Amino acid sequence: MPFEGIGASVRRKEDARFLSGRGNYTDDINRPGQLHAFIRRSDRPHARINSIDTTAAAKAPGVVAVYTGADMAADNVGGLPCGWQIHNKDGSPMAEPPHPVIAVGKVRHVGDPVAVVIADTKQAAKDAAELIVIDYQDLPAAASLRDAVASGAALVHDDVPGNICYDWHIGDKAMIDAAFAGAAKVVKLDLTNNRLIPNAMEPRAAVGEFDGHSGDYTLYTTSQNPHVIRLLMGAFVLHIPENKLRVVAPDVGGGFGSKIYHYAEEAIVTWAAGKLRRPVKWTAERNESFMSDAHGRDHDSTAEMALDANGNFLALRISTLANMGGYLSTFAPCIPTYLYATLLAGVYKTPLIYCEVKAVFTNTVPVDAYRGAGRPEATFLLERLVDACAHDTGMDRVAIRRQNFIAADAFPYQTPVALQYDSGNYQATLDGCLKAADYAGFEGRRAAAAARGKLRGIGVSTYIEACGIAPSAVVGSLGARAGLYEVANIKVHPTGSVTVYTGTHSHGQGHETTLAQLVCEQLGVPIEQVDVVHGDTAKIPFGMGTYGSRSLAVGGTAMVKAMDKIIAKGKKIAAHLMEASVDDIEFKDNKFTVAGTDKVKSLTDISLAAYVPHNYPIDELEPGLDETAFYDPKNFTFPGGCHIAEVEIDRDTGIVEVVNFVAVDDVGRVINPMIVEGQVQGGVAQGIGQALLEHAVYDSSGQLLSGSMMDYTMPRADDLPNITVATETTLCTHNPLGVKGCGEVGAIGSPPAIINALVDALKAYGVRHIEMPATPQKLWSIIQGGAPRMAAE
Amino acid sequence: MPQVTLTVNGKQHTVEVENRTLLVELLREKLGLTGTHVGCDTSQCGACVVHVDGVSAKSCTMLALQADGTSVLTIEGLAAADGALHPMQEMFREHHALQCGFCTPGMVMSAIDLVNSHPQGLTEKQIREGLEGNLCRCTGYHNIVKAIAAAWPLMHGRAAAAE
Repeated sequence: MPFEGIGASVRRKEDARFLSGRGNYTDDINRPGQLHAFIRRSDRPHARINSIDTTAAAKAPGVVAVYTGADMAADNVGGLPCGWQIHNKDGSPMAEPPHPVIAVGKVRHVGDPVAVVIADTKQAAKDAAELIVIDYQDLPAAASLRDAVASGAALVHDDVPGNICYDWHIGDKAMIDAAFAGAAKVVKLDLTNNRLIPNAMEPRAAVGEFDGHSGDYTLYTTSQNPHVIRLLMGAFVLHIPENKLRVVAPDVGGGFGSKIYHYAEEAIVTWAAGKLRRPVKWTAERNESFMSDAHGRDHDSTAEMALDANGNFLALRISTLANMGGYLSTFAPCIPTYLYATLLAGVYKTPLIYCEVKAVFTNTVPVDAYRGAGRPEATFLLERLVDACAHDTGMDRVAIRRQNFIAADAFPYQTPVALQYDSGNYQATLDGCLKAADYAGFEGRRAAAAARGKLRGIGVSTYIEACGIAPSAVVGSLGARAGLYEVANIKVHPTGSVTVYTGTHSHGQGHETTLAQLVCEQLGVPIEQVDVVHGDTAKIPFGMGTYGSRSLAVGGTAMVKAMDKIIAKGKKIAAHLMEASVDDIEFKDNKFTVAGTDKVKSLTDISLAAYVPHNYPIDELEPGLDETAFYDPKNFTFPGGCHIAEVEIDRDTGIVEVVNFVAVDDVGRVINPMIVEGQVQGGVAQGIGQALLEHAVYDSSGQLLSGSMMDYTMPRADDLPNITVATETTLCTHNPLGVKGCGEVGAIGSPPAIINALVDALKAYGVRHIEMPATPQKLWSIIQGGAPRMAAE
Repeated sequence: MPQVTLTVNGKQHTVEVENRTLLVELLREKLGLTGTHVGCDTSQCGACVVHVDGVSAKSCTMLALQADGTSVLTIEGLAAADGALHPMQEMFREHHALQCGFCTPGMVMSAIDLVNSHPQGLTEKQIREGLEGNLCRCTGYHNIVKAIAAAWPLMHGRAAAAE
C-alpha cells in the first residue's frame, strides 16, 4: 500500500462528502415536527427594559410560543457560566456578574437576546418577532475601553465599580521598575490590538429535541467541544444530568475559537424543546453572527523595553486594557492573562517581565478567544516593540532579534512569566525564513519598486506560542474550572478495521485523515480501514474538544496511549495463539511475530481471536480489542518561527499589495505536510486580514457599525498573496509524537510582519508605528504628510 | 401559494412557494438539497452559488419565482451518474482547496463557471479576481487558486492553462 503514515501528504478522507454536497452541518438537520426559533435582539447598546409586550406576536400566524427572560427565570434556568476565574492583584476574585440566557431588566449590547418567538416556520417566527413591543429606557453606554475606564463612565453592570472585571498582574513590579531606572535606554510604544469578528463561514445553529417518554434531550449544535457544552449547559443552565443530555456537533463549518463557547441559543432551543415537546431549530443570520458570536482581541496597551547600551533587553513592562464586552464569555478571563501575559517573553531571554492587565466591561458583544487567543496580542506587541527598539537605537532589526534570542542549547528554558519552553531553535527558523524570502536581496527590490513609484518594505516577525492546551493541575491552579486532558477510544473490530472515537473535534482541520494516519503508523492499518468519529457525546467517552492547537498534542497522544494498550493486549493474545512467551512477541507493520522464529499473526488474526475467543487465554484476559485512554499533558507545547512579509504601497492611493509572504514555522513533528501547509496559509490569511482589512467598529453610542459583510472587510482572494510555507522542526520533548501544533501559528506570527513591513516602507516619512488595520486611508494620510487617524475613526 | 416548475439536477419539480421564498430556500427546505449553503445575508459570501441555465448565480439573491422554467445545477448534481467527480471537485481534493467544507459547494460552482467562461486561458490574477464573490475563511485561497488553475486544462481538454 502507498505510505500513509506519519509524514505523508495523504489526501483527505472527509473531502468526498464536502465536495459532493453531502456534508451534514447543523442547519442541514431537520427533525420531525420541528419548530423554528427567531430571537428578537436588542438594537440598543445599553438600556433598561421597562416592559415587553408579546401579546400581538403570540397571536401571529404560525406562532407556538413567545418567551422572555422572565419565563426562563420562572423555570429556574441558570445564567451562562464562565469557565475561568481570575484573581485581582489583592487576591480577591474577579467580578463575575450574571449572564442571563435572555436579558432580564437590562440589555448590555446590541444583539443581546430580549425574547424568542417559536413558530411553524422561520419566516413566521421572524415576522412575529417584529410585533414584540419593547419599552426601553436608554442609558449612556461605555462603548470602548477608554470610555469604560473614564471617570464617571456608565456602568455596564450596576454592581461592578469602574467596569473593572479584574485588575491582574504577573511579575515583580518593584524589581522591574528598578531595572528601568538603571537602563541605558527605554523604548516605549502605545498600541492597540484591533477588535475582530471571527466570521466562520457557517453561521451558528442549534436544534434542540426532547423525548417525552425517556426524558432524554438532544442538542445538535455548531460547537468545537460538545462535551464542554453538555457539561456547562447541563450542570449550570438547564440542570439536566449528563445521562439525559446528548450533544452532537456534526460537521462544523469553521470555528476559529468562536464556536468554543456555550451560547444562549443552545440553551434556548433545548429548554424550549422540553417545554413544547417538539424539536426547535435556530440558525443565525449573518447579522446575528456579527452581534452575538464572541469577538476577538481588542486590547489597548503601553509597552516599554529597557535596554543596556549594547541593545540587550533588560526588562519589559506592560500595561494592558482588555475588553470583555458586556458579559463574560466562557473562557474570556484567561485570554488576556494566561494566554497573553505568559507569552510576553516571546523568543527572547528578557530576564525581567511585568505585565498588568485590567479587564473591562463595555457595552459591546462579549470578547473571547479568536484564532491564537492572547498569543497574537502578545506577539504583535512584542514584535512591534522590538522593531521600535531597533528604530530608536539604530540597530538592525534582524541583529537585535538574533542577539536577544534564547539560545538553541538553552532548552528547557524557564521564562520569567511562568512558562517553561521544552524545545525550539529560533535561529534556525529565522535563517530559513531570511533565505526563503531573499532578505539579502531586498534593497534591490525596494529600489526597483521605487522606480515604479511604489513604496516597498519588508518586515520580520519572530514569535512563539503556547498550545497543546493544557496540563489540568496547572490550569486549575490558574483559575480554570475544567480539566484539559483528552480522551481516545480505539476499537479494533473483529475483521481488523478500526474506529477511533476522539474527544477532539474537527471543523476544518482534517482530523478524519490525520488521526487515521496515526493509526496507520502505529497499527499498520490502511487509512481506508480507519474511521474517525468525533462530535457526539453519545458515542465518545469524553473529551474537551478542539482549540489551542491541542488535537494532536493532547488528543493524538491519548490515541497513542490507547493503541499502546491495544498492542500490549494483542501481544498476550498472540503469545497464547503462537505458544510463545509474551516477552518474545514483537509487533510491527500490522504483524505480531515471535522473535527469532518465522511465526506470525496479523492484527486481524488477533482481533478475530479476541472477539471469537474459542482458543483464547480466557482466564487471564477479557475478550475484545477495544481500549480507551485519557491523557493529561505534562506541559504546553511551544511552536515558534519566523514570518517575513514584503509589501508595496501605492503612493497615490495608499493601497497595499502583499507581494511576498514567507512563513517558516517549527510546529514539531509534521503528520501531514499538506494539511499543515493549509493550516498555516489559512492562519496567515486571517493575520493579514487583521493587519490590513478587518476591524469591528463601534460608534461612541455603542452601535456596531461593521455589522455585515458589506461593512466588515473579510479577506478575499485578490487581497492575498501566495503564501510560502516551510517547516523547521524541533520535536516536542514531552509527548510521544513530538508534535506541537499548527492551527494558530499563521495568525500569530503574521500581523506584526505586515505592520513591520509597512513601517519599513514608510520609514522616509518618519513613521514609527501604524495601528491595525492599516487601511489605505491611514497610509495615504501618512504619505500626504498628515498624521494617521486613530483606529476607531 | 404560487407554484414554480423548474428542473434541478436533471429532475423536474413543481413546488409551492411564497412570493418571498428564495431559490436557496426552495433548494434546501423544499427539495432537501442541503449541499447549497447560506453563509450571509448580504449576497457577499457565495456559499449559495448554483448554476441557473448554465451560469453561476447566488441562490440567496434570486427569488424562487424567478427560477420558474429554468434548469438549476447544484453541487449534488455535479458528479457523473457513476459517482465520478467533476474535474473541479477532483482538483479541489488533490490541492487541498477545502478545509471546513462550508464555502466549498459555492466555491466549486463559481470556479466551474469561471473556467467555462475563459476558454482562452485563465491567469492567477483572473482567478483571484474571479473569486471576488466567494469568501473562504479557512484556506487563505492559496490552494483554491491552485486547484482552479489545475482544473482549467482538464475541463478544456488542453495541456496547460495559458498564462
